[in-house]
Amino acid sequence: MSRILVYPLFSFLLVLLWMMLTRFSLGHFILGSAIALLAGKAAHALQPETPQFRGWRVIPRLIAIFFVDIIRSNIAVTRQILTEGWSGRKSEFIEVPLTIQSRTALSTLAIILTATPGTAWLEYVRETETLTLHIFDASEHERYLDIICNTYEPLLKELFE
Amino acid sequence: MTPLAAIPLWLALPIAFLVMLGATLTLIGAIGFLRLGNFYDRLHAPTLATSWGMGGIVLGSLLLATQVEGRIILHELVIAFAILITAPVTLMLLGRAALHRDRSEGSAQLPESLRQRRSPETAENSESDE
Amino acid sequence: MSAAILTFALGYAQLVLSLAACVAGVRILRGPRAQDRVLALDALYIIVMLVFLVTGMQLGTMFFFEAAMIVAAMGFVSSIALAKFLFRGEVIE
Repeated sequence: MSRILVYPLFSFLLVLLWMMLTRFSLGHFILGSAIALLAGKAAHALQPETPQFRGWRVIPRLIAIFFVDIIRSNIAVTRQILTEGWSGRKSEFIEVPLTIQSRTALSTLAIILTATPGTAWLEYVRETETLTLHIFDASEHERYLDIICNTYEPLLKELFE
Repeated sequence: MTPLAAIPLWLALPIAFLVMLGATLTLIGAIGFLRLGNFYDRLHAPTLATSWGMGGIVLGSLLLATQVEGRIILHELVIAFAILITAPVTLMLLGRAALHRDRSEGSAQLPESLRQRRSPETAENSESDE
Repeated sequence: MSAAILTFALGYAQLVLSLAACVAGVRILRGPRAQDRVLALDALYIIVMLVFLVTGMQLGTMFFFEAAMIVAAMGFVSSIALAKFLFRGEVIE
């Protein structure tokens, strides 16, 4: 298993992607599988660290929270851009102490935070384990600290660590 | 216009709504680009386009293609997924690059705490003072 | 009826997206520093990709979808390359 199929999840996703782009048929399944196996071998040469998924159960919750958060902050940022100039909005750099350590968890958190309008990931310093974020609206400082430390971090910890 | 006329009304309305929502959000993001004062504020503007701006148009396109072809078409989800994953990577790199440049120039835009700390990129080739 | 609604919505989307592309173009020309220009270029890529998707919906062909995908991939790679360049490019070290 581990010799031929180096990254099962990665290869499976590649086959799925291939079949979504072409057609769901046996021929494309075989062709896609061959490509996925080769790509898995190529990726093995690049990245020795395999991400470990521990708790699959939290994935739907994570996606749901992410989805709701994106809708909410889309509305907020849209309003703030349209009222820019007379709303007294101020942006701010904030520092968040993080407890998650694994690379996969950190990069997932980075993608979640940057894809959400209103927060931009600037820097993570591994020695001090602090994350520097730029937030669009300084009055939501507390809310972001709360949602990162109390919602995303426990979920990602359960998922990856 | 022949393929468009075959769409039933109950599907045409959500498609029209989603496409218009996506386009409007993208425009608002672009306007934010023009009006916001400094780079770090502007970093937030494209996320409007990459989240629901893109999402609305992709969902509308998905519904339209599925109805026209008569089978479920998921091509658009590939684009949505690719943008959702790649756009934050670009923005993050740009943010870090801007921070790095502002730091090495001692820009007044950064708060005091950020100006002092060294990022790993600069720590390699300059003496640390911490 | 539904053709009229869709024609209006797609035309509106094309108009608004072209406007957004122009605004991003203004920022590329004006942007005081290099990172502003790169950020605006990245946004322009995404907007052009959306224009392609909308045009593909309007004409009912798959070709625009493929083009949109290539634009998305090119945009990602070029923005990454430019951002990496900003780290080492013209900064005094």
